[in-house]
Amino acid sequence: MIEVAIHIAFVLVSAALALNAWRLLKGPSAPDRILALDTLYINTIALLVLFGIHIQNGVYFEAALLIALMGFVGTVAMCKYLLRGDIIE
Amino acid sequence: MQRLLPHPLLTIILAIIWLLLSNSIALGQAALGLLLGWAIPFFALQFWPDKLKVHKPLTLLKFSYILLHDIVEANFIVALRILGKPEKLRPAFIVVPIDLNSDFGMSILANTSCLTPGSLSALLAPDRKSILMHAMDVEDVDAFIHTVKTRYEKPLKEIFEE
Amino acid sequence: MNIVLEVLLSVLIVTGALFTFIGSLGLARLRDFYTRLHGPTKGTTLGVGCLLIASSIFFSSQGDGLSLHEVLITLFLFITAPISAHLLAKSALHLKVESLVPLPDEAIARKNSQHKPYQTLD
Repeated sequence: MIEVAIHIAFVLVSAALALNAWRLLKGPSAPDRILALDTLYINTIALLVLFGIHIQNGVYFEAALLIALMGFVGTVAMCKYLLRGDIIE
Repeated sequence: MQRLLPHPLLTIILAIIWLLLSNSIALGQAALGLLLGWAIPFFALQFWPDKLKVHKPLTLLKFSYILLHDIVEANFIVALRILGKPEKLRPAFIVVPIDLNSDFGMSILANTSCLTPGSLSALLAPDRKSILMHAMDVEDVDAFIHTVKTRYEKPLKEIFEE
Repeated sequence: MNIVLEVLLSVLIVTGALFTFIGSLGLARLRDFYTRLHGPTKGTTLGVGCLLIASSIFFSSQGDGLSLHEVLITLFLFITAPISAHLLAKSALHLKVESLVPLPDEAIARKNSQHKPYQTLD
């Protein structure tokens, strides 16, 4: 039963990733693309966690944690660049 | 006391985070967590210029419950709006006046408004008297401002200021 | 693993994935940047939260003791999602990204907040 649920979830999350990629390519504005990237990394965390349950192994947890940390820093840096034209003043 | 242990609350939170991160509750890990929790606040001290005081712990608990409830509710509302017709949405920029004085209270209010039904904080006015919010679908602007002020701002004011 | 736990886990996983999908659907489907911002910040955060809680319950039931480190990612996402949304909205206002409703002028917003208790900006 869990296997079926995980397969449904894989399909849904992959579709979500495809929608994000479409928005990333289409734009039209720079904040739109940053938002798409931001959502892309959060969905990647979802995919990694699902894969961890699928193979019944917790090794991918650290990768998910690092993606969460680095993705947030990346989003903030890009927003700061748009706001000030500079990241570290 | 003040110089040896600059921020007791932060020390405990850091120790708990360390235990979660190492995913065990062994005695050695707990000691290491407490050591890190004691050492890190010395470096982070300059980010916390004023002391944070929680006046009413019970109100804080009640506020957390309201918040959790609203987060789940907001998700269902936003999901329904996304699945509905996009043409029917009535987005608006709303200026919400705020009475909070502390920086921490204001940031909590801005973050809360972001997770609750259809709103998003966008800009803090330079005089710190109002927050500009964007709402996804709002029927009555007055009612929206009233909800934000009574449901979120009042308990925050009671908790962090007095 | 007993049947109650299995049903609970399956429901959590499917709900989480559904909310994640709906958040991204909002990102692709809605019509201006400011409304698009609502989908991912709310839907996706709760969706991933559900999946992480499912993972926590699953690994705790495997018999190697309690597994709570997923709570860390959940908390981290709930703290950072509003901050990145706030920064994105701020930079979009700074760049004057077009919106369905007229953009608020910073000067007008400040003036209104001084003279009247509130004002819609349209």
